[in-house]
Amino acid sequence: MIELRDVTKKYDGIPVVDRVSLTIEKGTVTSFIGPNGAGKSTLLAIISRLLRQDGGEVIIDGIPIEKWGSSELARRISILKQSNQVNLRLTIRELVSFGRFPYSQGHLTAGDWAAVDQALAYMKLTDIQHKYLHQLSGGQLQRAYIAMVIAQDTDYILLDEPLNNLDMRHAVDIMKTLRALVQDLGKTVVTVIHDINFASCYSDCIVVMDQGRIACSGGPQRIIDRSVLCDVYELDFHIETVNNQRICVYY
Amino acid sequence: MHNIVLALCLAIFSILSLVLGLSQFSVVKLATGEDLVSQIIILSRIPRVASIIMAGMAMAIGGLIMQQISKNRFVSPTTAGTIDAARFGMLVVLILFPRFSAFGKMLLVFVFALGGSLLFMGILGRIKMRNVVFVPLLGLMLGNVIGSVTTFLAYRYDLVQNVNTWLTGNFAMITQGRYELLYFSLPLLMAAFAYADRFTLAGMGEEFAVGLGLNYKQVVTVGLVIVSLLSALVVITVGRIPFLGLIVPNMVTLYLGDNLRKSIATTALAGAVFLLGADLLGRVLIAPYEIPIGLTVGVAGSVVFLYLLLRGERR
Repeated sequence: MIELRDVTKKYDGIPVVDRVSLTIEKGTVTSFIGPNGAGKSTLLAIISRLLRQDGGEVIIDGIPIEKWGSSELARRISILKQSNQVNLRLTIRELVSFGRFPYSQGHLTAGDWAAVDQALAYMKLTDIQHKYLHQLSGGQLQRAYIAMVIAQDTDYILLDEPLNNLDMRHAVDIMKTLRALVQDLGKTVVTVIHDINFASCYSDCIVVMDQGRIACSGGPQRIIDRSVLCDVYELDFHIETVNNQRICVYY
Repeated sequence: MHNIVLALCLAIFSILSLVLGLSQFSVVKLATGEDLVSQIIILSRIPRVASIIMAGMAMAIGGLIMQQISKNRFVSPTTAGTIDAARFGMLVVLILFPRFSAFGKMLLVFVFALGGSLLFMGILGRIKMRNVVFVPLLGLMLGNVIGSVTTFLAYRYDLVQNVNTWLTGNFAMITQGRYELLYFSLPLLMAAFAYADRFTLAGMGEEFAVGLGLNYKQVVTVGLVIVSLLSALVVITVGRIPFLGLIVPNMVTLYLGDNLRKSIATTALAGAVFLLGADLLGRVLIAPYEIPIGLTVGVAGSVVFLYLLLRGERR
């Protein structure tokens, strides 16, 4: 369980994340939505200790984040940021093998390599595992990164805008994979997503952020609602229920 | 495979370098244990070959680490202010502490080299425009600023000749007793091997590395310390060897990729082979005279550098 208590982050005295308190349950998909500059990505960076909060507490499995050792935490939480593209000439297999770094510090055991092979197979990358990253399409690249996270084998998987630059088919693929990670492997997935309909269809819990605060949170049926979204996005929403799923039309 | 080829080249070049210029007659004498010839080999030839191999490895590995932690493949100790700061340190030693032991001089030069690298990384951290070509240009500019201070001081203290000696690397002056400091590069190279995975991870970016539990700042610091020590050792014993740290790692990673675990041994071997080859060339071209190695490497290096630049930002 991830608990946030009054988490605050300020830049030049202006709060970007403003006294956020939240509990993220294990075995769920939680999606953060909200307009640009709402503080979603900053909050995700704080939960994954890439940023240090100015106030409040982040508690991972009962232990404050500052108390975790760096490698121990890397075995508990993984983070993928869309903005962090690896600019090295590495093969898929090499990239995925670095997912085992928190366990082996580079000296991979047979068990580590087995985890790498499993992750590659899970993401259907075995055939192209020796291709270099810069030779891959956007969809393959994203699958390679997720394979690395699977090899890292953490309870919590944090993803910042995992669907950026993907076409619909690949976006659906990725979201189905994330769902499967929760169902098959018991992971907890936390994402920042801009496409509300993806959030609606694939999340257990949606957290709406606005101006550094949590405007509202809950299941898709409750959150994907005119009264919630029109205010936050300053747009006129039309919401339909299709196949039991809430779909927004706002174009 | 490529390592075996390179090792073979290394062996052949080493033997060539050992016997080049000795007449056949002397080789026979050597085989029969003639005293004078074996003296030459022991006093001059072996030190020369050993120092070239170690300096070549040191500069190549230094460049590889620099490129990885600055995330820019055009950065190397000679394009990041490291070497120029080391030369400046050498001048300060000459002016203020001429009586220091070789080891003491090396330590002081190291402090300057580290200061230069840290200054470069510090400026890099503050600059938003991190264009691939702009970053090494910045390093060259920084190096030239430090270099002009060095030259100015050298004029004032009448040490221009000495400073120019370190401007152009030269192995002709290497004899027994004047290069042994370079053996300190061996444990440093081993440390670089041990840190190979961490350097690769650091090259993926700070957030990526931290997310995988790496102590990013510590790894970058270790990298800079290794690079600065290697640079100090090379500058103090051999002098400045331009371009090697730039082109050798780039040629190797072009074929092997940026996973240091895979490329670091090859880079070290290639650095040694490249420098040995350049040295042999310099000794053969205008025999019985010698072209200083800094010049041969500089000419070969600038051509390859130009090629890499024109090849553009494709990685």
